[in-house]
Amino acid sequence: MEENKKPGRRDALKALATVPVVGALAYSWYRKNKYDDLMKKAIREEVKLDESNPLLTRSVSNGKLIRLGIIGTGGRGTYLLRSAGFVHPKTIDAWIEAASENSADRRYKEFLEQEDLNIEVNGICDIYDINAKKAQEICANTKRSGSSGELASEPKRYNTYQELLAADDIDAVIIATPDHWHGTITIAAAKAGKHVYCEKPMTWTVPETYEVVKAVKENNIAFQLGHQNRQTESHFKAKEAYEKGILGKVNLIEVTTNRNSPGGAWVYHIDEEAGPNNIDWEQFIGPAPAHPFSLERFFRWRCWWDYSTGLSGDLFTHEYDAMNQILGLGIPHSAVSSGGIYFFKDGRTVPDVLQQAFEFPDKDLTMIYSASLASNMHRGKRIMGHDAYMEVGGNLQIYADTGSTKYKEKIKDHLIDPKIPIYSFTPGMKQVDAITSPTEQYFAGRGLLYTYRGGKRVDTSHLHIKDWLDCIRTGEQPTCNVDIGFEEAMTAHMGTIAYRENRKVYWDQDKQEIV
Amino acid sequence: MKYSKNQLFWLVVLRVMIGWHFLYEGLAKLTNPNWSSVGYLLDSGDFMKDFFFNLASNPLTLEIVDFFNIWGLIAIGLGLILGMFCRVATWSGIILLVMYYLSHPPFVGIKYSILTEGSYLIVNKILIELSALIVLLVFPTSKRIGIDRLIFRKKQN
Repeated sequence: MEENKKPGRRDALKALATVPVVGALAYSWYRKNKYDDLMKKAIREEVKLDESNPLLTRSVSNGKLIRLGIIGTGGRGTYLLRSAGFVHPKTIDAWIEAASENSADRRYKEFLEQEDLNIEVNGICDIYDINAKKAQEICANTKRSGSSGELASEPKRYNTYQELLAADDIDAVIIATPDHWHGTITIAAAKAGKHVYCEKPMTWTVPETYEVVKAVKENNIAFQLGHQNRQTESHFKAKEAYEKGILGKVNLIEVTTNRNSPGGAWVYHIDEEAGPNNIDWEQFIGPAPAHPFSLERFFRWRCWWDYSTGLSGDLFTHEYDAMNQILGLGIPHSAVSSGGIYFFKDGRTVPDVLQQAFEFPDKDLTMIYSASLASNMHRGKRIMGHDAYMEVGGNLQIYADTGSTKYKEKIKDHLIDPKIPIYSFTPGMKQVDAITSPTEQYFAGRGLLYTYRGGKRVDTSHLHIKDWLDCIRTGEQPTCNVDIGFEEAMTAHMGTIAYRENRKVYWDQDKQEIV
Repeated sequence: MKYSKNQLFWLVVLRVMIGWHFLYEGLAKLTNPNWSSVGYLLDSGDFMKDFFFNLASNPLTLEIVDFFNIWGLIAIGLGLILGMFCRVATWSGIILLVMYYLSHPPFVGIKYSILTEGSYLIVNKILIELSALIVLLVFPTSKRIGIDRLIFRKKQN
């Protein structure tokens, strides 16, 4: 019985019999970690990318109040107002309700967290009375409150952009009109000494593109073109990877558009209240060819060349500008284009399926743009180099190429696996996204909606507007300045001309013109 | 309960192997700085979907879920291998596996974006591991082979 009271040797053996298993696991784990480290080291020798998150360096105290005007307050104009800090009280009500039903819906919370840019909106110009009134209400909501909150006085509504630009209580304007007005209003604004944030594409015609550059430079204004992808974190990383030669010699770029919904194909809702009584049709037409009043043309203007720049100006420009940002492409040497109206046979004149090929012989590469408005098959932006290829959107992935010269030895030694990314960047990994509409998903997947700063989700358009305002305060030029806009506009026009005139078009570098 | 030597041996082997699996899952999550349960939770399907989605959408509960996943898995793994507080470890393991199973039940008509390596219909490996843990609960071994032999002997006296 003595044996039972004290744990004897036999007891101890039985109690500790499985302890060596822990040792075995620890040893195997150590070996596995060592192997993983070796793999990582092998990749790090090749991929010398900054581990930290990139940040914009510009940092300005919001010293001076900037007084804004906005011209064009439809869908995009309203979105830009939200990015600037102004939302309709009724929208706030809806957000609060949505958040109470679904805690993953953080629109309200994120909007409250969005930095105050120290601006006020003093003037609104829209040729559609209902939109103008809504925008006035939006801009009066300076405290970001719901309908029960207190509103400031509404900004003045101007019936023409000329009157708005003449106002002396406005320093800067946001232009979010249809494409056919972008150039004309930008030129007028610059001449009136107003700083300009203009939606893409920069221009509707080739000749006005030169005029815009001239007016912006002569009047020394801060000009920002609305390519908010310039603020996307993954794009900074992609640029760094490209510049460090991780991809080897890049020879082919493929950018795409895939949408498959009426909204995505610009078949927008037509307001029931809208009519000739509340739309200034004559002003809508402006530089465009005369046409009798048409609600369809007013609300779905993107479907007609008369007011639109089609896929090339509307959606390709986002893709091009991202590539121009990452690779510094400049204007291509030539462009060819083909496509047609194959699905949305609704009387539109712009194609809904479009392919464009741009040549950059001085860089030894081709850029292909391939678009369909009637298929959602996702194809990312792909940059193909001899040693590795990259897929970039909100995330970024780089894969070594099986035929790579640079990584040949390491692939042979199984230190690099071409099936596993040698570099992968996913901002805000621990965040939950509750993004709803298909169009938003389209933009989010392309890094056009949100980006991350310090692990926090931020609206890219907000950062893009902030960048512009900072530059107004410091006298610098914003990240998507007029020179970049010139490259964007000319490239898009080359694609459009190639399609519409069914010919190969060239860029004459010396004369700086499309031939 | 009396076990033959063979029965005892294989019960302990089963216990140690499940323990190994838990411990390594925990360690792998611990050493991956980017690991979070968020993707798994958001991928949930079927009737418990909302519950797991709510866990993921609140930063605090997500933090707690992550913590218990990592340290829970490690503690359960050690408990099973060493036969230490084995009953608690087994119960905790069962609860954790029930959660995993309910978040991604392989029922007819539900698709998940997180890939699994086999083909499952209602019964999957989680359910089998869970059943094995219940077997271990019914046929305990840690007081014969395991540190519980020392811990519980003292209490008995």
